[in-house]
Amino acid sequence: MPSQTVIIGSTVGLHARPASLLIKAAAAASVPVKIGRVGEAPVNAASMLSVLALGGKHGEEIEITVDDHADADRILAELVDIVATNHDA
Amino acid sequence: MTVSGIGVSPGIAVGPIRVIVHLSVDEPVSATPQEVFAALNAVADDLERRAETIELEVAKEVLGAQAMIARDPALVEAIGARLTDDISYSDVRPAIAEAFAGFRDALLSLGGYFAERVADLDEIADRTLAVLSGQETTGLRLTEPSIIVAQDLTPADTAALDLNFAKALVVAKGGPTSHTAIVARGLGIPAVVGAEGVMDLADGTRVLVDGREGIVIVDPTESDISGREVREETLRARAASVEGPGRLADQTPIALMANAGNGKDAVAAAAAGAEGIGLFRTELLFLDRDDEPSVDEQVELYRAVFDAMAGRRVVLRTLDAGSDKPVPFINAIHEDNPALGVRGWRLTRSANDVLNRQLDAVAAAAQASAADVWVMAPMIDVPAEAAEFAYRARERGIRHVGVMIETPAAAILADKVLAEVDFGSLGTNDLTQYVMAADRLDSRLSDLTSSWHPAVLRTIGIAASHAKTLARPLGVCGESAANPHLAAILVGLGVTSLSMAPSALAEVRGFLAQVDRATCERVANQVITLSSAEEAEAVALDILGA
Repeated sequence: MPSQTVIIGSTVGLHARPASLLIKAAAAASVPVKIGRVGEAPVNAASMLSVLALGGKHGEEIEITVDDHADADRILAELVDIVATNHDA
Repeated sequence: MTVSGIGVSPGIAVGPIRVIVHLSVDEPVSATPQEVFAALNAVADDLERRAETIELEVAKEVLGAQAMIARDPALVEAIGARLTDDISYSDVRPAIAEAFAGFRDALLSLGGYFAERVADLDEIADRTLAVLSGQETTGLRLTEPSIIVAQDLTPADTAALDLNFAKALVVAKGGPTSHTAIVARGLGIPAVVGAEGVMDLADGTRVLVDGREGIVIVDPTESDISGREVREETLRARAASVEGPGRLADQTPIALMANAGNGKDAVAAAAAGAEGIGLFRTELLFLDRDDEPSVDEQVELYRAVFDAMAGRRVVLRTLDAGSDKPVPFINAIHEDNPALGVRGWRLTRSANDVLNRQLDAVAAAAQASAADVWVMAPMIDVPAEAAEFAYRARERGIRHVGVMIETPAAAILADKVLAEVDFGSLGTNDLTQYVMAADRLDSRLSDLTSSWHPAVLRTIGIAASHAKTLARPLGVCGESAANPHLAAILVGLGVTSLSMAPSALAEVRGFLAQVDRATCERVANQVITLSSAEEAEAVALDILGA
């Protein structure tokens, strides 16, 4: 399963608009996507409540994992990009 | 009878009230897992449909986010884990409550934005149960223009209301940042929140809502209505002129600035449209300290204010310790009469090095900043003190040097005092207590400590005429600048800038925009001929209007 760690780029952290963009992209992906802190149990990235409850803050490192799939690398790159971008800038 | 609360969206509305009551589901709710999921979907569908049709942007976003929560796969999973059998459960309320509680607690523990989402979660849980039990929120169908009254309004309520018929919103709960307040301001209709007791009113009762004052008048009289409508209209017309730099009706510029004590204040001042900081009180950085802040530390604190005002003027006042603002490491000696003692610039007599180091820090901070920094000393009494301060400040490269005019001596001799410096600033709070010889902190003397007193206004007039002759800018940084009528009188006396709390700026700016210089001078010339503060206020009201 392809996975990658990424630093949260939005100054507000992983909620409001950044979270909503991530969740929509994860829900649109054709395979399950998980997100979480390295070494902790990951949560469903398509779940607004789970992502909010993660409470990811600006500058924090998190890991995104995409289930094996022909398109997995492209989906992973897209989600990593959303998390790394500062949507409040 | 009146019900009072907090006015959160200004305006006047009169009409019958429509009381909205939420039905609570306190009976067991029987359902199969499939029915629960279908109810959640129905709630989500409904929220999405409303999000599409509503025009108000804030409501659209809230509804969209709520719909996402109702469709949340993790929530569905959590409910499914508690309703594992494909049977009709006799009561699904505990399972739903537990499933929501897991997320609820997680969000609450994060605080802030996350904790606010808890209200969305609760609302979805309630609505899901209402759908399952066949109940709906009542009162949402409006057939005539009404004043909406509720315990609290949820985003779904406001979305469901036909807001064309909503004349005002009044809720028993909530605060200035509640959903009700945001929606009302977005719609431009009056709103009062925290109006405890409003739910006791019967549906259809005719009331007046004053969203500025925050009150609800039951069965208002015609004079209640017309009086408040006229006042609101006047204030609105003024608010509409609140833009750009301060000026009189004849376009005479009067700089409107704000008082600040730290960087946070300066940011708020900039947001309120202040043209600069007319009084930066540096003693706030020294109070409650056991030792003197280092030069580096001071530079940092001063920079915070200067940086918030890049390109604008900041009038910094050097340490005004003593009297009612003692600084522990400076004002160690007991004084019998501290208001008349060693305070302000007089501290050079006892703590000379502290003031020199402050000037070093101010000069360094000013040099590194993009603000137009002016520096003045408080409690300057005689020309020699003004000359000494000017020498020390200019020696350090400070370009605009000034003094506070807050003693009768400095006002009377302003021709000599202001000749030594570049500008003056009237501290009307202290000037009033010194002219009237009445302690401004003693409430028994409050009738003697009004800045409206002609004795005070004449003294200001003396200083202002000297400033005019010397072509020195003369500001006011006391509380009197924040009173629109007094502001007009001060301008009429010859004052060229006013500095006040940021919250007072809009009203003063709006008021000054409708009077010309000739009127200001006329009212000023008249009030200084009177004998009492009360007469002065009455004459000002008569000439200037409310």
